[in-house]
Amino acid sequence: MTVSKKEYKTMADKASPPTKWGKNMVMAFLVGGGICALGQAFLHLYLYFGLDKKGASTFVSITLIFLSALLTALRIYDNIGKHAGAGSLVPITGFANSIVSPAMEFKNEGYVLGIGGKMFVIAGPVLVYGIAASILYGLILWFFHLY
Amino acid sequence: MPQKKGKYTFELTTTPAVLGYAAVVGKKEGEGPYGKYYDQCHNDTTLGESSWEKAESRMQNEAVNIALRKSNLKNTDIDCIFAGDLLNQCISSTFGLKSLDIPFLGQFGACSTMAQTLGIASLFVESGAAGRAAAVTSSHFCSAERQYRFPLEYGGQRTPTAQWTATAAGCVLLGKRQDNPGAKIGLKAVTFGRIADFGIKDANNMGAAMAPAAAQTLMDFFKDSESSPQEFDLILTGDLGFIGSELLEEILGKEGIDIKPVHNDCGMMIYDREKQDVHAGGSGCGCSAAILCSAILQQMEQGQLHNVLFVGTGALMSPTSSQQGESIPSVAHLVYLTAT
Repeated sequence: MTVSKKEYKTMADKASPPTKWGKNMVMAFLVGGGICALGQAFLHLYLYFGLDKKGASTFVSITLIFLSALLTALRIYDNIGKHAGAGSLVPITGFANSIVSPAMEFKNEGYVLGIGGKMFVIAGPVLVYGIAASILYGLILWFFHLY
Repeated sequence: MPQKKGKYTFELTTTPAVLGYAAVVGKKEGEGPYGKYYDQCHNDTTLGESSWEKAESRMQNEAVNIALRKSNLKNTDIDCIFAGDLLNQCISSTFGLKSLDIPFLGQFGACSTMAQTLGIASLFVESGAAGRAAAVTSSHFCSAERQYRFPLEYGGQRTPTAQWTATAAGCVLLGKRQDNPGAKIGLKAVTFGRIADFGIKDANNMGAAMAPAAAQTLMDFFKDSESSPQEFDLILTGDLGFIGSELLEEILGKEGIDIKPVHNDCGMMIYDREKQDVHAGGSGCGCSAAILCSAILQQMEQGQLHNVLFVGTGALMSPTSSQQGESIPSVAHLVYLTAT
């Protein structure tokens, strides 16, 4: 063939439509912001019911995780994610979805090797590097407090 | 006996006959532009089974059984079955076909499997090794997603270049020409492709990865058979999708070969790109199998199409090779079908 690999890469890049950044960012902003606003509303609600700030914040997380897991189980969350992208992926709801969805998917492989083994297949790396980063941050903080 | 013509092409001098064919599809495919041509559309994509793998197996089994029924044959009339799918160790084929009791040869050619199995089956019949042979393949969106990508309910976004794995199965039964002189469709030639790798690494852009393989096989065939695209009513590739098809036409254009007037692609045909939100089109073994084993063979039987080149294209990567940063090797196999 007369087309070289390098030439072909240019041809393929040209033929492949780019991601719709503008639309994706607007949707992510609206849905991500919406989820955060919802969290804020729950915070006010729990404070109104007499919980302290720390307790109310914890309950907000629990509520959002529950709602995300419920919407995932009802097969709705992935349809939100399709349009919202990072907007529904980044908040705590996305993290819940990333754990519930493999748990549902791999149920056929059994409770131990299926649900147990595959539940963290997407969230696993986030946990590993999240915890590693927090340890590093803690060390830096500890180091600065020495002086 | 098959005659080698040129470097890569086998000429089938007896023109093995297509005895029967069938296509079984899922809901989304049934709602697509070719919905009316399929033998069976399942509105429940689980097919009432407890796993996606079982559903796919059953679809493949149904495709063979419908093809047998349509051609008034029994499973024991088939000497050999060539089958493949996308799942690890081709379990859709083995589990789906185990009850048929036909000598079984599993094949893996990714999305080129229909052309690969059809090509091998035709050589078996042509050489006399088999009196009747079957070629069958399947894919299922849900079983493919869980193996290659993410769980179904994961809220991620698909890239604009991604293709949608078809939930579909197709089967073709072949027999000797002398035993079936009345059969309308026959196979005239087969060209097995060489692996092409032009350095595309994005597993979400398989059309671009496979286009050079399709171009290479078509060029080999035209050279070996001393023919040109104008001699055919249809050059049907599967499944390059919209991006891969554009690239194929562009590559061949640079070689001075114009296939545009007669080219179509199963990945572009199986879904309505806008209404069904499939981004760059369809893919999966079942995509080209379902289109070939429905509309195309039906139109050939009815005399609307006479000479058809069916070029199955396959991206031969795995999640492991992609994660290790390897590029995507691709292959394309060509089958020349003719209707009298």
